[in-house]
Amino acid sequence: MDFPTFLIQCLNAVQYGLLLFLVASGLTLIFGIMGVINLAHGSFYMLGAYLAYGLAPLVERYLGGGFFTTLALGVVLAIAFGYLLEWVFFSYLYEREHLQQVLMTYGLILVFEELRSILVGDEVHGVATPDWLSGSFPLSEVMTYPVYRLFISVVCAIVAIALWAVMTKTRLGMRIRAGATNREMVQALGIPIRFLYRVVFAIGVGLAALAGLVAAPVSSVYPGMGSQVLIICFVVVVIGGIGSIRGAFVAALLVGLVDTFGKVLFPSLAGMLIYLLMAAMLLWKPEGLFKAG
Amino acid sequence: MTTMAADDAMRTRLPKLLPVLIAFALLAAFPAFGSTFYVDLVGKIMIYSIFAMSLELLVGQTGLVSFGHAAFFGIGAYAVAMVTAKVDAASLWLVVVVAVLASAAYALVVGALSLRTKGVYFIMITLAFAQMAFFVFHDTSFGGGSDGIYLYYKPALTLGSLVLVDFDKGRAMYFGTLACLVATFAFLAVLLRSRYGRALAGIKANEQRMRAAGFATYPYKLGAFVLGAMIASLAGVLFAMKDGVVNPELLVWNQSGAVLLMIILGGLGHLRGAMLGALMFTVLQEVYQSEALFGSFSKHWQLMLGLTIIAFVATMPRGLIGLFGKRAKKEAP
Repeated sequence: MDFPTFLIQCLNAVQYGLLLFLVASGLTLIFGIMGVINLAHGSFYMLGAYLAYGLAPLVERYLGGGFFTTLALGVVLAIAFGYLLEWVFFSYLYEREHLQQVLMTYGLILVFEELRSILVGDEVHGVATPDWLSGSFPLSEVMTYPVYRLFISVVCAIVAIALWAVMTKTRLGMRIRAGATNREMVQALGIPIRFLYRVVFAIGVGLAALAGLVAAPVSSVYPGMGSQVLIICFVVVVIGGIGSIRGAFVAALLVGLVDTFGKVLFPSLAGMLIYLLMAAMLLWKPEGLFKAG
Repeated sequence: MTTMAADDAMRTRLPKLLPVLIAFALLAAFPAFGSTFYVDLVGKIMIYSIFAMSLELLVGQTGLVSFGHAAFFGIGAYAVAMVTAKVDAASLWLVVVVAVLASAAYALVVGALSLRTKGVYFIMITLAFAQMAFFVFHDTSFGGGSDGIYLYYKPALTLGSLVLVDFDKGRAMYFGTLACLVATFAFLAVLLRSRYGRALAGIKANEQRMRAAGFATYPYKLGAFVLGAMIASLAGVLFAMKDGVVNPELLVWNQSGAVLLMIILGGLGHLRGAMLGALMFTVLQEVYQSEALFGSFSKHWQLMLGLTIIAFVATMPRGLIGLFGKRAKKEAP
């Protein structure tokens, strides 16, 4: 492997890892704070991708286009959807056993997949890359790297930093962390915990949808894209330690690296490498890299 | 005194056992009046019942939520394909021995490592090992890749050179499956009433206390894990023989999820629940997929299945089995 190829693979690995982080961070928040195992989280990624596909023409017609307008509108819609969904469905799951949560959210996956099939159909759709991001820059005489992939990394990195800032520097973040540690105490101090949960859930949905929105031009949108990402994100969450955003970040990059380089170096083993990684990590640290609070 | 206790045990056990015995009798009589389609469907339900009971031993009885049980089902199925030669039927004895041993060996490794973790981490690490098995069959030529392997001959039950049962003929496959179902149920029912089974129940209720009482819980759990895998591989053998084809889809994570679904829908903590859940899940799938009932909407059968699962868990958290009997109601908090 020469240096430009190595560089390209590194960039790919980081881009993939950061994208995984966006989905996994919401999953680990919902898991760690509300104690809900949400199998339907992959569907929110799918929702984002299909929003990118569906909104682009609408934004073009009524708002005069604009890639960031589409992104912002998609995220706002997804957050509103998450807020509603927590209200009508997930808030009833908190008191249930884990196994029942698994079952009900599995049912939800099936519902979302079929609704997608009824509304949009089962075809694979491409999503156009905006013109000003569609170029590529040279790494050597023959190899180039697409600007859009770099854009994905930058967006995800900004969101990751923002998430870190919100969680550690703001009052909201403090309350969320407190809610994860001791639900009753937070409630006793007069903080509306149900509202807090609703906000956390909506943020989680928004993050997953944002990942889907920015990934759509690269991955295109297709049936079953949610469950594919779901399992990998569970791997990320478990390696990182449930409830730990820092852990999810490290684990996402690790999984991105192992998966990307695995596909290049050991093509026939590529599929199982991340599971091998997870098994090894869990045997080394049975509760993940960073055990949350 | 002992006879009185035995009498008492019989009195509480009979109402639970009687419906199962009646169900087995009905299953034995079914091929006499059922059409081939329905006999085939019932055969499939019986295989899933065996598979579900093997997971019930782990989840419902020992409290080990394995999300990778399909791996052992798949290993059993692939063992049939590996042993069967291209030209002749294999001996069922050999197939079963290979399937059970291969499955037990993998379960021993997976269990020994996974049981070091707990809770959600256990769920995920069993999933990880199942995914590894999936990719071994999916990505390498060893298992025929993603297309799988066709079986041109079903294994036959032989004694020396004498063929006792040819599973291609008549209803042999159906009755063979039924025999396995009855044997699995009887074996597990006895096992769960033995000292070993009680120890597993104790581990599920409170592992700390079991350890304090002097039980080395790890070997008990590992034993249950390996046993569950061996029974699952038998179900896999039956499934491969019935379908005549094996492919990596048998090991996919949805399959592990589906069997978990069955035992929870049926009601955890009961072997009957596992069988009931397998019945309900398969029937629901068939009904919702039926074009005669739902017309063109049957294409979207998963929507109805999903809504049913949600409604079901919301209203009946104890599963189907919770509908029957006063005892179940008394246990509810």
